[in-house]
Amino acid sequence: MGAQQREYRQRTRSIKSMKKITRAMELIAASRVVKARARVVETTPYAEAITKAVSAVATFADVDHPLTTERDKPVRAGLVIISSDRGMAGAYSANVMKRSEQLREHLEQSGREVVPYLVGRKAEQFYKFRRREAAGTWSGFSDSPSFDAAEEISQRITDDFIAGAVEDGVDELHVVSTKFINMVTQEVQVIRLLPLEVVEGNAEPSDDELYPLYDFEPSSEEVLDQLLPKYVKARMFNVLLQAAASELAARQRAMKSATDNAEELIKTYTRLANQARQAEITQEISEIVGGASALADAK
Amino acid sequence: MSELKVSLVAADRTVWEGTASKVIVRSIEGDMGILPGHTPVLGVLVSGDVRIESGGKQHKATIDSGFLSVDHNSVTIVADRVDADDMVEAVGR
Repeated sequence: MGAQQREYRQRTRSIKSMKKITRAMELIAASRVVKARARVVETTPYAEAITKAVSAVATFADVDHPLTTERDKPVRAGLVIISSDRGMAGAYSANVMKRSEQLREHLEQSGREVVPYLVGRKAEQFYKFRRREAAGTWSGFSDSPSFDAAEEISQRITDDFIAGAVEDGVDELHVVSTKFINMVTQEVQVIRLLPLEVVEGNAEPSDDELYPLYDFEPSSEEVLDQLLPKYVKARMFNVLLQAAASELAARQRAMKSATDNAEELIKTYTRLANQARQAEITQEISEIVGGASALADAK
Repeated sequence: MSELKVSLVAADRTVWEGTASKVIVRSIEGDMGILPGHTPVLGVLVSGDVRIESGGKQHKATIDSGFLSVDHNSVTIVADRVDADDMVEAVGR
């Protein structure tokens, strides 16, 4: 077998084994994305119950809480960046980082100091490579975030927000993450998490479920005090779960196109190897025929 | 006599959903029993047991901190974590 042929065969073999890997990753991502989406749906009742309760309190009591109060002159802005732990997900992390850089620039131009909080190893690497400091980092759960993780992050950012810029905290808090729209579309989104704006979700209460006159136990302030941190937690959990679903969907898509590309390459190299083999045979035949005719001429 | 529509919701799932005749929770000011026709309440719960009496049976779950909302005979109990191992015939799992 000629050198050329061997070369092509070797490449085909290595591409075949790579294809097996990307195919396996595609299938894994495909099966996990279903679970991730189910988890987003499962957390909706919790988020809805909390949103409803917060709206109810807000209707009957003056919502004058540190977490909802706009600061006069924000000087430090927190930036939570939610990326993935691992690559092989196409432009998933790159898109998030790109958007976060834009926001960072925008915030700095408006005279705010940016305090980054990083979620996911990719974001950590991005900051480490640029030798930037981060206020907090969390990683190791990007494709299946637990509620504990959401609790830890939201605890930290709420504490920093309440501390305020004067005490090394922040005055406002933005989250850059990816929103899961459907299997083919995931959008990078920016949410201003704190100070809180209570949104009623997409389901407006109909007339017959107007909020009744609630009794608060022990008092409306106390209830609000307990509810708002939970609201932040629920939002954070939802954002993390959506990011996880998006990451898996992006990975599935990236691995699908890698597998398709490998197939294409295998086809090309098989053709080339066949061609090389045929060329070798033709050459051998012409050598034999040439040799035979030289012998015949010599007679 | 009407019944209570109860849902017990944890951060990551709905633990129990159904109708009940009585719900007992531990609020920040002490244990609190809810019967049908209770006045609308929004209350803060501390860690403890939630007991739901439904069809002559009692379902028990342990929650960490959470809150409770009651209006028009529908009761929603929300907690971050719910330990529902003792819960009989949990619905919606």
